[in-house]
Amino acid sequence: MIVEILGLTKIYEGKQRVVAVDGIDLNVREGELYGLLGPNGAGKTTTISICTTRALPSQGRVRIAGVDVVASPAVARRGIGVVPQYNTLDRACTIFENIHFHCLYFGFSRADATIRTNQLLAQFHLSERGAAYPVQLSGGLAQRVQIARAIAHRPKVLFLDEPSAGLDPQSRIAMWEAVRNLRHEGITVVLTTHYMEEADELCDRVAIIDRGRILVEDTPAALKASIGAQRVYQLDLRNREELSSLVAQLKLLPGVTAAEVMTSGVRIFAHGVEGLLPDIVAAANPYGLRDFTITETSLETVFIRLTGRDLRE
Amino acid sequence: MSTTAIASNRKRLLYARAFAGLFLRDLHVLRRELFPFIIRVCMNPLLFLFVFTYVIPNMSAGGHGSAAAMNPTAAMSGNAFSTVLLPGLMAVAIMFSGIAAVALPLAQEFGITREIDDRVMCPLPVAAVAIEKICFSAVQSVIAAGIVYPLAYYVPATHPTTHVSNWLFLGAVVALASLTAGALGLTIGTSVKPQQIGLIFGVVVIPITFLGCVYYPWAALTHIRWLQIGVLINPIVYMSEGLRAALTPTLPHMHPALILSMLVVALCLLTWLGIRGFLRRVIG
Repeated sequence: MIVEILGLTKIYEGKQRVVAVDGIDLNVREGELYGLLGPNGAGKTTTISICTTRALPSQGRVRIAGVDVVASPAVARRGIGVVPQYNTLDRACTIFENIHFHCLYFGFSRADATIRTNQLLAQFHLSERGAAYPVQLSGGLAQRVQIARAIAHRPKVLFLDEPSAGLDPQSRIAMWEAVRNLRHEGITVVLTTHYMEEADELCDRVAIIDRGRILVEDTPAALKASIGAQRVYQLDLRNREELSSLVAQLKLLPGVTAAEVMTSGVRIFAHGVEGLLPDIVAAANPYGLRDFTITETSLETVFIRLTGRDLRE
Repeated sequence: MSTTAIASNRKRLLYARAFAGLFLRDLHVLRRELFPFIIRVCMNPLLFLFVFTYVIPNMSAGGHGSAAAMNPTAAMSGNAFSTVLLPGLMAVAIMFSGIAAVALPLAQEFGITREIDDRVMCPLPVAAVAIEKICFSAVQSVIAAGIVYPLAYYVPATHPTTHVSNWLFLGAVVALASLTAGALGLTIGTSVKPQQIGLIFGVVVIPITFLGCVYYPWAALTHIRWLQIGVLINPIVYMSEGLRAALTPTLPHMHPALILSMLVVALCLLTWLGIRGFLRRVIG
């Protein structure tokens, strides 16, 4: 295992005691693209900060490529590449210099650093922007420079913290492409995200994390299959009294695998069976059916099923 | 050699290369911003010297007595004041470079840009990143002192009296003062909130300059005993007095051994405080 996290806990003491990470165990295999999916404040960034030596754990241990990040942070950093949530490019240096100096920090000779920088600029389609300064770049380009810089010293593991936050859809797809290509270089990638599409699209394995704990961990396909339903129907109801009898009634319909009460109405997990839709509408109408949404099962559904909450809440 | 010794040698080599890389980066950025750097270093001493050692002495030298009567600082004219100022202004340039090279950029790196995370991810202990900042700031301070010296010598209407009898002592004072200035910058930069960095000019820089024996020798405070003792906590005092002892020994100054030891104490204390603050700010 290239990333080993054991019993990781981080507690911020203070006026308000905050348990940011609450006993996380996690293992990532070499060459894997691993995702931590969870809402804001779930403890994803804190976990990544500890793994990348920028925060100290209250308890537990993290080993990256066999090196303990708390005991030998400086050595561990050689095997780690990081792209934080915010842009940390060196504003006083050009794009070329950003990557070039990064190589020098990691012990490259000047000649090797120049070769590596030119190669990365070409790989990330940034060659024309080499002389530009970070402030002149769009968010998507800056993100690509950050990824190029993070892998410049050929780390074993690349950590991406919310890589698509603030990116437009096109830049996000370009970033996904760049991350997928890292697989060919044998780099293990650990990313955090609160976009379920991102986790679904990119990751080999996903851990769903909430309130500092890992709720479930598997491949995206297996997680979605665990729901045992193809679709989720959400009913927005005006009359919310005695919803339990409606739920009981809905559960009897053919194709329905589960149904539950939520604040605005009822949520139904079901297979697509012919005639189900009119049956649901007929059953719900007496309760003042205001709105109706149908979604395919996704990692978000898995999260909702596990926590009863939306990823965006 | 045992395997552990080889491993620790290799580790040290890697740290040294990372440190050199950071230093090269700073040097590269300084070279590109050399012109604004020189302007920043020159402006304050140049204007100060121009007004107090050129304009004002020329007023009283006008001869009719009226200008001198209007001008309460006329007594300071002549070569004595320019001799007092030369080491003082060099000390201010050294101190200010420490603030401008460390405290101000740190405020930005901790604050809006979070660039510090990039430097902190270098493969060397975090404390070494802070020490690199002190060392590079010291280089800027030495250059600043070198720029101010000819200004302070040639601008005054009557040139100051300078004499170096011990070059080694001068070198030690400049090096210690420059490192102390960098450590002071690190302490300020890590202890002040980024949004409040503008305040430090009013609250820290100006008081320590005016009470730093820059414009008067420490011995001249003998009639204001409480002040003479009070200013001893100010590291700028030892920078000014050190340069006074090294460059203009004809003026009264503190004992050289006392100066050197107090500079070492200030350097150690401020480096300790600065590194502690730096670690607290970058490691969550």
